Amino acid sequence: MKISVQAEDFDLGFEIESISKRNSIGAVASFVGLVRDVSMALEHYPGMTERAIAKIVDEAKSRWQVIDCAVIHRYGALQPNDQIVMVAVASGHRGDAFAACEFIMDYLKTQAPFWKKEQTPEGAQWVEAKADDDKATERWAKLPGSSGLG
Amino acid sequence: MKLKVLYFASIREKVGRDAEELDLPAGIATVAALRGHLQARGGAWAEALADGKLLRTAVNQDMAKTSAPIKAGDEVAFFPPVTGG
Repeated sequence: MKISVQAEDFDLGFEIESISKRNSIGAVASFVGLVRDVSMALEHYPGMTERAIAKIVDEAKSRWQVIDCAVIHRYGALQPNDQIVMVAVASGHRGDAFAACEFIMDYLKTQAPFWKKEQTPEGAQWVEAKADDDKATERWAKLPGSSGLG
Repeated sequence: MKLKVLYFASIREKVGRDAEELDLPAGIATVAALRGHLQARGGAWAEALADGKLLRTAVNQDMAKTSAPIKAGDEVAFFPPVTGG
């Protein structure tokens, strides 16, 4: 299980290989988020960020079979096309791997304390939170047996 | 009652500081009451923490509702809705 909040770039291939070493693993699903269009600065809340991601991963593990996983989120100055975030989940079968990967990513969007400030022609501006992201998180709460996160 | 308050992103920029140690008067026992106490400083504080404003708060690094209790030694943070990922 790897959770890292870092300024440096990451290597998805390396991370997937690192979480795929057990014989019981039959599926690995991964997601990578990239910077679109404009350069930005990403701020976060050191300490809480790692804690929030760990809680999200724990919740995913309580819902699906997660044999191993890696979540890396960058902060600091980022340029268009840079990698921002990656989630990779290793499981016995694809259903659990896909679902847990998407769940972790959806929850990250609304529960992990990161803030983007984009460089625009009018100057640097804080990105507004999207209602769609809240909806993406809420749909998981409707699953039976879910405890949800704050 | 002494505690630590942190500010992030647009809130941090508006109030002009990222952290402070506070010694609160008696009777301030919830996140909402602390927010009101800080609003009473006026100016940028009243604006950044205004009632209608969409804010998120954390107590001891967990997301918390405005009704959440606070106590001595806590770390309370105010920030806008998150935009990571």
